[in-house]
Amino acid sequence: MVEEGAHLVKKMEICVAEAEKRMGKNSVNIQETYTVYLIETRPIDAVAEGQNPAPDSLWRRYSEFELLRNYLLVTYPFVVVPPLPEKRAEFVWHKLSADNMDPDFVERRRVGLENFLLRVASHSVLSNDKIFYHFLKEESGWKEVVFETGFQAKADSRLRALNATFRVKTPDKRFTELKHYSDELQSVTSQLLRVRARVADRLYGVYKVHGNYGRVFRYASSIDDILEEEEHYADQLKEYLFYAEALRAVCRKHELMQYELETAVLDLTSKKQQREELATGTVRTFSFKGMTTKLFGQETQEQREAKLQVLEEQIIEGEELVKEKTVECEEFVKNAWVDMERFKEQKDRDLKEALINYAIMQIGVCKKGIQVWANAKECFSKM
Amino acid sequence: MSGITVDPAVSCAPAQEISADLSGQMLELDEDDDLEVFSKDSTLSDGSLFNASMPTSPASMVNQLEEDVDTKDIFITVDNPESHVTAIETFITYRVLTKTTRSEFDLCEYEVRRRYQDFLWLKGKLEEAHPTLIVHPLPEKFVMKGMVERFNDDFIETRRKALHKFLNRIADHPILSCSEDFKIFLTAQAWELTSHKKQGPGFLSRMGDTVRAVANTVRGVKNRPEEFATIQEYVDTFAQKITSLDRVTQRILKEQKEYLEELKEYGPAYTLWSGSEEELVEPLKGVAGCIDRCCKETEEQVNHLAESLVPALHEYVLCAETLKAVLRRRDNIQAEYETKNETLANKKADREALKEEIEKLEDKMECANNALKVDWSRWQRSMREDVKTAFIHTAEKNVDYYEKCLAVWESFLLSQGSGLDAESSREQPQAPEEMTKEVSLQAT
Repeated sequence: MVEEGAHLVKKMEICVAEAEKRMGKNSVNIQETYTVYLIETRPIDAVAEGQNPAPDSLWRRYSEFELLRNYLLVTYPFVVVPPLPEKRAEFVWHKLSADNMDPDFVERRRVGLENFLLRVASHSVLSNDKIFYHFLKEESGWKEVVFETGFQAKADSRLRALNATFRVKTPDKRFTELKHYSDELQSVTSQLLRVRARVADRLYGVYKVHGNYGRVFRYASSIDDILEEEEHYADQLKEYLFYAEALRAVCRKHELMQYELETAVLDLTSKKQQREELATGTVRTFSFKGMTTKLFGQETQEQREAKLQVLEEQIIEGEELVKEKTVECEEFVKNAWVDMERFKEQKDRDLKEALINYAIMQIGVCKKGIQVWANAKECFSKM
Repeated sequence: MSGITVDPAVSCAPAQEISADLSGQMLELDEDDDLEVFSKDSTLSDGSLFNASMPTSPASMVNQLEEDVDTKDIFITVDNPESHVTAIETFITYRVLTKTTRSEFDLCEYEVRRRYQDFLWLKGKLEEAHPTLIVHPLPEKFVMKGMVERFNDDFIETRRKALHKFLNRIADHPILSCSEDFKIFLTAQAWELTSHKKQGPGFLSRMGDTVRAVANTVRGVKNRPEEFATIQEYVDTFAQKITSLDRVTQRILKEQKEYLEELKEYGPAYTLWSGSEEELVEPLKGVAGCIDRCCKETEEQVNHLAESLVPALHEYVLCAETLKAVLRRRDNIQAEYETKNETLANKKADREALKEEIEKLEDKMECANNALKVDWSRWQRSMREDVKTAFIHTAEKNVDYYEKCLAVWESFLLSQGSGLDAESSREQPQAPEEMTKEVSLQAT
């Protein structure tokens, strides 16, 4: 199956090659230290043909990645947008530092950012985006271009979204299930990451204490390798923890659209009802109009016809709106569902592979253990 | 490898010197002299009848050592702890079961109940009779740290095992196992033991011995022979090293236990997740299963540490104290002799009586020194064997642990039908970018 737009990753090699510390003035004119990442891109054809052109490169900092992602979230609300690596180190166990400037953290973040770019570049819809391309290719002026799209205005307010969650009358069953799933995914992966961190901490303690026996038991250098692999595994889990949030965002958007549609429909229905009442003179439902009419007398024929006219116009508008919203909703649901399927397949594939790699890692640990203790036994035998 | 064994450079030299000396002596002494050495001094023969199984010379003593291993003729077990409550106190007794073919025992089998106090008494008697022999230590009287309950099951079990070892070590010892007190300990009924305990040197004379011993300690020994000085150094170094080994091992046990506790929560976290998934149920449950099985193996590993290695090392921490006491007692004997010798130079009267006393003391000292030398090399051999075995056993257990865990994970991989075999476990896991590149290529 050929996916549209996956072209970008086929055409271009993307990597986040390096990280560097910079000093600069921030938005409130205070000197600060921050890290920038080098994005390198190279046409794949050139590499395949044996040429070795120098890659195009530019520097970006984490906040720019965040801006890009926010733009994508607003512009493509039906897409499960790939998450960024965590802003601050969480689920840390004591050997790891929670410091953002820590070289290990920076390195893991570099890997995470590269992963983000690759995921976006391989997405059928997202990879086509001009802003994304611009992000990869043009260093200066990118921020201005993003703001010019006016995406921030399109962003839904949190309050509206929350409102919608509680007031949707006919939620789509599939999306409700998806919402539950994303909540569960978030909760189980958090729990797993928490426990894993504690286990890693304890295991490190065991290895360290063995070092007190003597050189034979210095697991020393191999511990660091093992721990690095463990952190890599944790990062893979974290990615899906954050993906759960992205999933939730799509569900939220759907709820909002659904709610707006329902509101438009309700509005239309009530307007139609008013028209009927006005035309036939019967008051079926309580309204202030009815009350005032009773108190202050009937309207004139002219007044009534004027009102009817207004209502007719409003109804036509309303019908347009309902049609529009219905189409919007249907489009959204269709596109969202396509992306859901894609995401689900990706998740199952990635996580299964992560688990298998975890098993391979454990096998490596066991083999090292066998080596160390078989060696120790020999030493003891020679005592 | 530094931490595990006492520095071979220190341990080998004196041991070799001692054995060389000993073998030289063995060749020179002849039968008649030996008989006299042992019968002359009542403290060495326990005032008991001379019996055939008692080694008569250092030579036969060494032979006995080698025979003991193959022709063990006494088997002792300590088991079945029971609690006894009286108006005054609560205490535990242990069943001591003896099976033997030795001729000095009337029956082949004896079953008695003994309490810790009785073991303490036995140890005291043995040390009294053989001040320079190395008696295997008893488990501690009081528990210093950690435990509140004196009658906690773990505590009783640990003590039982140590008491069992104590009696068996005595049974294995060529000289100590012939002790009359030992025999009575194994065979006498409760009231018989109590009445036997009441015999022996009275309180006042024991006081006198203690005072003399203290006086001699204060005075100190003047010309400690080189070989014993070397042993003293060795013992001091050994004490340091074994204490730190013991401490490290206890630390490891503690860390392993804490690791196990966290590990127990880890498997369930995967199982919990599998409840939300469809495609991933199998691999998630698979991983959960693996972790749970490894958890069981870890538990076994922890148990081994707690029940084998830690007690084995702790025993030798206590041994270090025993050794120091033995060396002190030897010094005291020499000090006593030296004091008397000095008095000889000063006093004019009663030279004959003094000379006889001095001769006796000289014999006593020589016997003590010889006994110590032989027992020293015996002890060293035994110690090396024990510590070595304990560590080898632990290493084997650990290899076993990792092999079992390895099998668990490998069978998981197989079940996932991944083409990855054991070879690829050496490769680095794929970085996410490579993974994604592949994913995206697969998608097109």
